[in-house]
Amino acid sequence: MLEIENLTVEAGGREILHDLSLNVMSGYTTVLFGPNGSGKSTLLMTIMGFSGFKVKSGRIILNGEDITDLPVNERAKRGIGMMMQRPPNLIGVRLKDLVQVTGKGKVDPVALAEDLNMSAFLDRDVNVGFSGGEIKRSEILQLEAQGPCLLLLDEPESGVDLVSIEKLGVKVHELLQGPSHCAGWRQRSGKAALIITHTGQILDYVEADRGYVMCNGTVACSGNPRELLGEIRKMGYNECIRCKMNRSNLIREIA
Amino acid sequence: MTSDQERRAKEALRKEASFGEDIDLEEYEEGSRELSTLESLEDLPQDTQRTMLDAGIEPSDKGKAGNFLLMDNTVVHSAIMGSGVELMPLSRALKVHDWLKDYIWKAVQPDTDKYTAESYLQKADGYFIRALPGAKVSMPVQTCLLLKNRNSKQYVHNVLVAEEGSEFEVVTGCATSREVEKGLHLGISEFYLKKGSKLSFTMIHNWSEFIGVRPRSAIVMEEGATYINNYVALKPVKNIQTYPTAHMNGRNGVCRFNSVAVAHPGSTMDMGSRAVLNAEGCKAELISRTITTGGTVIARGHLVGNSKNIKAHLECKGLILSDQGVQIAIPELEAHVPDVEMTHEAAVGKIAQDQVEYIMSRGMTEEEAVGMIVRGFLDVGIRGIPEHLRAEIDKALKETDVRGM
Repeated sequence: MLEIENLTVEAGGREILHDLSLNVMSGYTTVLFGPNGSGKSTLLMTIMGFSGFKVKSGRIILNGEDITDLPVNERAKRGIGMMMQRPPNLIGVRLKDLVQVTGKGKVDPVALAEDLNMSAFLDRDVNVGFSGGEIKRSEILQLEAQGPCLLLLDEPESGVDLVSIEKLGVKVHELLQGPSHCAGWRQRSGKAALIITHTGQILDYVEADRGYVMCNGTVACSGNPRELLGEIRKMGYNECIRCKMNRSNLIREIA
Repeated sequence: MTSDQERRAKEALRKEASFGEDIDLEEYEEGSRELSTLESLEDLPQDTQRTMLDAGIEPSDKGKAGNFLLMDNTVVHSAIMGSGVELMPLSRALKVHDWLKDYIWKAVQPDTDKYTAESYLQKADGYFIRALPGAKVSMPVQTCLLLKNRNSKQYVHNVLVAEEGSEFEVVTGCATSREVEKGLHLGISEFYLKKGSKLSFTMIHNWSEFIGVRPRSAIVMEEGATYINNYVALKPVKNIQTYPTAHMNGRNGVCRFNSVAVAHPGSTMDMGSRAVLNAEGCKAELISRTITTGGTVIARGHLVGNSKNIKAHLECKGLILSDQGVQIAIPELEAHVPDVEMTHEAAVGKIAQDQVEYIMSRGMTEEEAVGMIVRGFLDVGIRGIPEHLRAEIDKALKETDVRGM
């Protein structure tokens, strides 16, 4: 579904991603691990197409189409939807109106909000004075209205209390997999996700298929997400960096 | 008898205003005082009704306490439907109420500038509205000031009196007939709010590209009075200069000015609001939201703190949506005693790109995203607007061309 080929990205005059490549297959949930500042959010923002993130080289391919130079809304139209970590305040724009237009008038903001305990927020300005957890729920609400087939979730569990995490996790699960747990359904529905997580808590609610570890703006390792999380918990990211360097030295020696 | 006022007015006939481009009054002919009167606003031609609707005035008696229409310089309609309130031409009110002579030309001085002087000397007519003591008038009084004939100058003099403990709402729509290419509107409005009264006053301007507008308004407030002023100007205008002032003379008065305006290419809008807090416990809030799509906006605000324990806040925010547009924000705070809380917030600039892209990431085009943000920006300025006007204003906002770029 999504192929990132040798992507080098600059933000704020600094190169953040270096020659990064990864794949998200249709129907698969992919998790991104990595220390703070490793470029995870930059990768998601670049895939969505935000203008502060300049692609210096490389390509982003969605379902066979090169979308590297497409504007944000064209990417959204092609099925990409993002939960931002720190979305901007929209003063004067009511959440209800944003959900309404996002759903192209085909969704009922009131019913969706009720389900997320967000009814009281519908008449409030988007993100203005929202707590961390409220921002997440507002983002999920918007994504439900949008119905994307590739979800980019930037730390969905951060800033959310333990009780709300469950509610949020179930919602993310529903967004991705519908009411059923069956992997076959997921593959047929073609929905995929790229999720940034530090704690791995979201893995209790969504069936993640593949994990990537990012360090210093590139992919250091990939594999089974639960195994990767276990290793990171045990040995930290330094081990990933050391391991990657060993591997590249090994490759150089063989060459 | 030549009064002192008349002498001063004559001397001020050439006195330029403190702000705004000087207008040559001789370029315009005096608007007609002899148009035929109307039984009902519903008898107006369809296109005039539409023009009034765009200025927030419903050409109907339903749900209104009173209707008033001034065309050029003729009062063509004045009717009262509700109770607890008086509505009539000022010229008539002066005959009915002897005491009124102690009010007129007290809040606004005839020699303020050439516009007030000419309006004084021409004995401008307009509306007189008075809410009776203790009356809670549930329905709004609508008034419409319409420029009907080309190259006319319209003089208006309005007086509003809120008697003790009364509450009422007035909507004034100012508009130009489509065929009028050039015109001038001079409008004097004097407000007297007595103890514990409350007035919500909304003015909607729907002029056109060749009209000069010089309103001169002042509000005198007694103890515990509340004055809410909403001003909406979304359509093109040649130039407008206005600076209404609230004199808060009694304790615990509350006043709020909300203004939203769009300066189209060729428009110059010099608009301010001022609150002079003369008594303890008064509160004032001046909020303006302005946009330029190519015209010039000067957003002034002035708070004067003359008494202790007052609280006042001033906010002017301006969006620039075109390379040709100019935004000038001039907030002023003036305190004459130490124990005051006075703040201001001013900001001008373009729309934040991250906000536009955030909305675009939900599938909206750039134009749609900008439209949403701009409407939201203006919406903050009109949140105090009466519910019955919201639909019309929302419609006008949607129709306002904010592309600019």
